[in-house]
Amino acid sequence: MADLTLKAKDFKTDQEVRWCPGCGDYAVLAAVQGFMPELGVPRENIVFISGIGCSSRFPYYMNTYGMHSIHGRAPAIATGLATSRPDLNVFVVTGDGDALSIGGNHLIHALRRNVNLTILLFNNRIYGLTKGQYSPTSETGKITKSTPFGSVDHPFNPISLALGAEATFVARTLDSDRKHLTSVLRAATEHQGASLVEIYQNCNIFNDGAFELLKDPHSRGDWIIPLEHDQPIRFGDKAVIADGLSLRVASDVAEDDPRLVRHDAHASDPSYAFALSRLSQADSRLTPMGVFRDVARPSYDRLVNEQLDLAKLQGPGDANALTELLRGSDPWTVN
Amino acid sequence: MSTQVEQLDRVVIRIAGDSGDGMQLTGDRFTQETANFGNDLSTQPNFPAEIRAPAGTLAGVSSFQLHFADHDILTPGDRPDVLVAMNPAALKANLADLVKGATIIVDTHDFTERALARIGWSSNPVTDGTLDSFTVHAIDLTQLTLDALADTDLSRKDAGRCKNMYALGLLSWMYSRPTEGTIAFLRDKFSRRPAIAEANVTAFRAGYNYGETTESFAVSYEVKPATLAAGTYRNIAGNLALAYGLIAGAQRAGLPLFLGAYPITPASDILHELSKHKRFGVTTFQAEDEIAGIGAALGASFGGALGVTTSSGPGIALKAETIGLAVSLELPLVVIDVQRGGPSTGLPTKTEQSDLLLAMYGRNGEAPVPVVAPQSPADCFAAAIEAIRIATRYRTPVFLLSDGYLANGSEPWRLPELDTLPDLSVEFASEPNAEDELFLPYLRDPETLARPWAVPGTPGLEHRIGGIEKADRTGNISYDPDNHDFMVRTRAAKVAGIEVADLIVDDPEAAAGQTKVLVLGWGSTFGPIGAAARRVRRAGYPVAQAHLRHLNPFPANLGQVLAGYDKVVIPEMNMGQLASLIRSQFLIDIISLTQVRGMPFRAAELAEMLQGVVTGG
Repeated sequence: MADLTLKAKDFKTDQEVRWCPGCGDYAVLAAVQGFMPELGVPRENIVFISGIGCSSRFPYYMNTYGMHSIHGRAPAIATGLATSRPDLNVFVVTGDGDALSIGGNHLIHALRRNVNLTILLFNNRIYGLTKGQYSPTSETGKITKSTPFGSVDHPFNPISLALGAEATFVARTLDSDRKHLTSVLRAATEHQGASLVEIYQNCNIFNDGAFELLKDPHSRGDWIIPLEHDQPIRFGDKAVIADGLSLRVASDVAEDDPRLVRHDAHASDPSYAFALSRLSQADSRLTPMGVFRDVARPSYDRLVNEQLDLAKLQGPGDANALTELLRGSDPWTVN
Repeated sequence: MSTQVEQLDRVVIRIAGDSGDGMQLTGDRFTQETANFGNDLSTQPNFPAEIRAPAGTLAGVSSFQLHFADHDILTPGDRPDVLVAMNPAALKANLADLVKGATIIVDTHDFTERALARIGWSSNPVTDGTLDSFTVHAIDLTQLTLDALADTDLSRKDAGRCKNMYALGLLSWMYSRPTEGTIAFLRDKFSRRPAIAEANVTAFRAGYNYGETTESFAVSYEVKPATLAAGTYRNIAGNLALAYGLIAGAQRAGLPLFLGAYPITPASDILHELSKHKRFGVTTFQAEDEIAGIGAALGASFGGALGVTTSSGPGIALKAETIGLAVSLELPLVVIDVQRGGPSTGLPTKTEQSDLLLAMYGRNGEAPVPVVAPQSPADCFAAAIEAIRIATRYRTPVFLLSDGYLANGSEPWRLPELDTLPDLSVEFASEPNAEDELFLPYLRDPETLARPWAVPGTPGLEHRIGGIEKADRTGNISYDPDNHDFMVRTRAAKVAGIEVADLIVDDPEAAAGQTKVLVLGWGSTFGPIGAAARRVRRAGYPVAQAHLRHLNPFPANLGQVLAGYDKVVIPEMNMGQLASLIRSQFLIDIISLTQVRGMPFRAAELAEMLQGVVTGG
């Protein structure tokens, strides 16, 4: 039941927002607060849980229930909350270090279990709060405080990782594109089960301009590959075509070319969405944006609570039942 | 021939064989027969960490010890009066524990030269005089079992697997145990495989009849029922009692129970047990790791459930950061550590009490956590309820320190009346608690210093909490120096101010005023210390005994109790961790008796050490 009386300002707290001036997090916060009334859920039934890092301060600025927890563990804590309280709308706010480095294990397990969570992964490809070390999504060769000779690590592609865990909803969006961000949030919150939303977010202090190609009106049309369900995947003068078992970008693709890919976010096999996510391998500037995958699978909390309900149907767990349980099969009496 | 029946007041039996021979099952059944008969009893399983070590090796020996008596007893017994050894390795591994004159029943079937050589015996101990100081019944139990099952269609292998029931039948005859329960048990256990069920029953009866008819057993024994307080009893192991205590405590609190756990020895049985009882509103979450186990439990507590996590030492080490978060969030959480030998992987199936200081101090920052410990297997039930009381009333994580000995050991338990258990009902915050309809998540109850438990879904109480230091009352982020000092001291005061029962001292000679020595313990040493104290008193020396349920905070009268004695002795299965705590808090000397063998103290050895202290030796 939509509570239409709520406005974006109802989701603001009295706490001073303490991100660096110019940080991409401001745009995301504004977009999320702006979207909240549309969610149609009373504030008391919304919970934001975060880990550690710049983005993880997010709950303090949302006038809902919230927990700023410890590094990497937000998906685990949120799993306990969402499973025991299926009536709540639980969001996880995390970053590339929090979700993919120290908390990688919890992220993949929350996704494969399909816990009813909306996970907002702010990816700025750098460690901000610890002042500028490379992250698990930093490009190889990145020169940072901890890698003066360039990092030698191969980065994660968070979308590929989530799809490898068979996440049921996986999307990517950009901090500065409020309209796109809002549309992805809408789709993610409508999804039952775990939704992973990767948000490219600019850190103007330690990794400024990381996504400039995708923001500059002159270049973005060349590199953003828009994913819209049931639409041919075309951008600029290029298109995505099927090439054997994989996908690639090609020019001059005719409308009736059988190789032209029509996006299917509901494809049950994650391999197709995975192939989309790998388009960036050919040229790291190529960036599919939008909903890669959105498929239905029963959510974890639902399955867990079905078992609980079924057990209770077989008999109430009252004091009499407990007395019986404690007696066991072989009690004896001493007079 | 007529068999003589000899009356005994107590017996210690140990049954040993390969870990695949069903020794634990055999022990459990003999225990149940003994419980039904009305003896007091105490048990101690002992098994290797390996699931199936190679057959016939010393590493693969599994055993089960049962002490039963016509009076109340406190321990599974130091040394067995009777050893049943199902193969050469079982005999070799247990021989050193026997006192001279003990009875050995040995299955000679596998005493081949090759099997003996495998465990380093160059001649057969059954015939070479090694066992001369014992009463030996050398019987080919395996062949007798095969003979008894010759008429069945069972394969030789399947028939041979019934030898443990043959041995159980023989023991049941020797000690005049009732047999109906075991027969019913076997038919139920193998109800889907009736041929196997009947073969086990046949082997069990054949073993019983062998004792009755053969001339090699001139004597059978009788241990009369013990005089126990009136009530209904059952036999129960510590992990089961702990699981039941959690269910009962959650019911008394009116909260759903959420267990987040990762499998680890010797705690996994609590997860297994709780996973069966969903009708009581119990959710069990087998997490991807130890950290997720406690994280999910804490998340559930935030949502208004009773969050519980179960583990053992290595897992507790991983949970430390989340326990610190729970201290900062001030939410209820029960952390159960079924201690085992350490450090690192240590001795997974053996017992130790070496996580006390980990529970007390194993976190960054000033992060006090209340600690409670059960003293016997059945007492795990009451200890779980006490942990829940403290966690919910004071909104704090609570440590419950069990151990491998309590977890797997068993004893009779007088069933409690549920309505006599404490009322733990919890009130969630339901409305703003300050002016202007404000809700202050860290406005404390002046009596308990607990903060409100305001669960998501409650309109008007939306608030944010976190691990960063927070301002008093509002819970907002605060780096203010004075505020931090205040919050650290307040969290400490809250835990220090938890109301716990006074320490009770058992000192039969108190009136005479001659008792100079107090023996103080905690956790599973209760049985051995109590048995040792009895021996010392029987020898004519006064000694007082007291046992701590609460390790943090200590009972308010502890200092006064300690001051009443010239010497305080603390036996522990660690290097003196409680002794350190007592010394530092009370500035008194402690005689620390320590042992870290992965096994409980032997009452006789402890008595000797105690008597040495009492007599000034």
